[in-house]
Amino acid sequence: MKIKKNIAISESGFIFNPTTGDSFSTNPIGFEIIHLLKEDKNKEEIKQTILSRYAVDESTFEKDFYDFSTLLQNSQIAEE
Amino acid sequence: MEKLRYERPVVKKLNTGMMNKFGTRTEYNPVTHIDGVSVKELIGQYGSPLFVISERTIRQTYQDCKRAFTNRYPRVQMAWSYKTNYINAVCNVFHQEGSWAEVVSGFEYNKALQNGVPGNKIIFNGPDKTDNDLKLAIDHNSLIHIDHLDELYRLMEITKEVNKRPRVAIRVNMDTGVYPMWDRFGFNYETGQAWDAINKIILNDQMDLVGLHCHIGTFMLTANAYAIAASKLADLAYHIHAKFNKKITYIDLGGGFASKNTLRGSYLQGNVSSPSFDDYAEAICSALLNAEYSKQELPLLILETGRALIDDAGSLCGTVLANKRLSDGRRATIMDFGVNILFTSFWYEHKLSPAQEFSHYTEDGVVYGPLCMNIDVIRENITLPPMKKGDNVVVHSVGAYNMTQWMQFIAMRPNVVMIDMDSKVHLIRNKETLEYINNIEEMPAYLKEFTLS
Repeated sequence: MKIKKNIAISESGFIFNPTTGDSFSTNPIGFEIIHLLKEDKNKEEIKQTILSRYAVDESTFEKDFYDFSTLLQNSQIAEE
Repeated sequence: MEKLRYERPVVKKLNTGMMNKFGTRTEYNPVTHIDGVSVKELIGQYGSPLFVISERTIRQTYQDCKRAFTNRYPRVQMAWSYKTNYINAVCNVFHQEGSWAEVVSGFEYNKALQNGVPGNKIIFNGPDKTDNDLKLAIDHNSLIHIDHLDELYRLMEITKEVNKRPRVAIRVNMDTGVYPMWDRFGFNYETGQAWDAINKIILNDQMDLVGLHCHIGTFMLTANAYAIAASKLADLAYHIHAKFNKKITYIDLGGGFASKNTLRGSYLQGNVSSPSFDDYAEAICSALLNAEYSKQELPLLILETGRALIDDAGSLCGTVLANKRLSDGRRATIMDFGVNILFTSFWYEHKLSPAQEFSHYTEDGVVYGPLCMNIDVIRENITLPPMKKGDNVVVHSVGAYNMTQWMQFIAMRPNVVMIDMDSKVHLIRNKETLEYINNIEEMPAYLKEFTLS
């Protein structure tokens, strides 16, 4: 999964899609994952980064990452 | 290095300036403690879900209400409405504060007696009083509020049988300008039914008509309706005195005061739209003081308000069972408490607070209960911070009706605890068990055995 190239993301977690005109907000961990996706990190690399930085177990993060990825794609922020 | 606190990643579309059915965010701080006791420790010790009653809130709310009336009117008596919450410990807090008991069945009547309420301090309302109930109430010199003519005639017969003179009132229903008009209980004022009943009682001379009662509705959002009710009852009392030289010693305005909960579909939050105790008191007391009584003859004002006195004192602590995403993109959170124990979810948009730290990011979603039934919805639309499985929540203002109207359905009813004035926790109702349920079932002998292939 990749973040679309034209998506604008501010440091405060504000996301703008110039194609659709939609804007979004994300929380700090969402912002961090979007940045990792922008850096072309794969799911495994993202998981390891988050598990090393945050107090979360692997299965919880996997479930949440799956949900977050779906949201990003449905919001046309990311694509396969 | 200590790891950062984890929060589920969320992304939320911004809809500036558009109408939003989810409303604005209302949660800014977690509710980690109730009356100084940790929510997580309560759940750890007594299980989840768990009803928690604050004795301090009961007493404060009661005193606020009583003060609002006694500041305006010299003779006020509260009567605790058992059906609102008849857990004995709760009832006795109200009785310690000075409340009489207001009951609507033989079951509740006996509960009040067993709690130690003197019979002459029990008001017996409702359309369902058996012969035995009536005899018991007559024996204990209780105040019997007659609901219909069949009851009145039966009471006359019983009075002859037992050769005693009961103290009675009639329940009066009337048009107070609100919809729906509660005319299913009592005798109607406008059509003359009330006068018909009064004439029968006084001319029959077997009972002592001492009071007049009404209960104009529930969750009344206008205090003025009570002013109309009080005026009509005062007028009735005045004319009873004029016609029969019979003094009515009390006027019972019943209950129906709104709590601070938000009704489903209401545009305004309950804490904005619900009248205060002062609003109700001003309306009722002004109407009575402006009626044709001399200062020495003012009747005792009895109030049976239940919901507004107990709602805020009750909280329901629960736990997130699961999160899922619905097909339309909404977040669904499944809690371990459902409509079986939180019956008021059908009426209110209950306020929910997370019981642990959270950030200012929120998601719009729906909150479901754990029952495998489509009706099990706690909140249709709510904005909450991201929560994960195992997180705890507190549902506020659940003290009224839930612990009486709850159902043993699919799951057992949980423990109820009371936090006393010194923040000490007392178990006041044990959770149900399979044995408790099975104890009242009987298995016919021929059904005891079966073979499955």
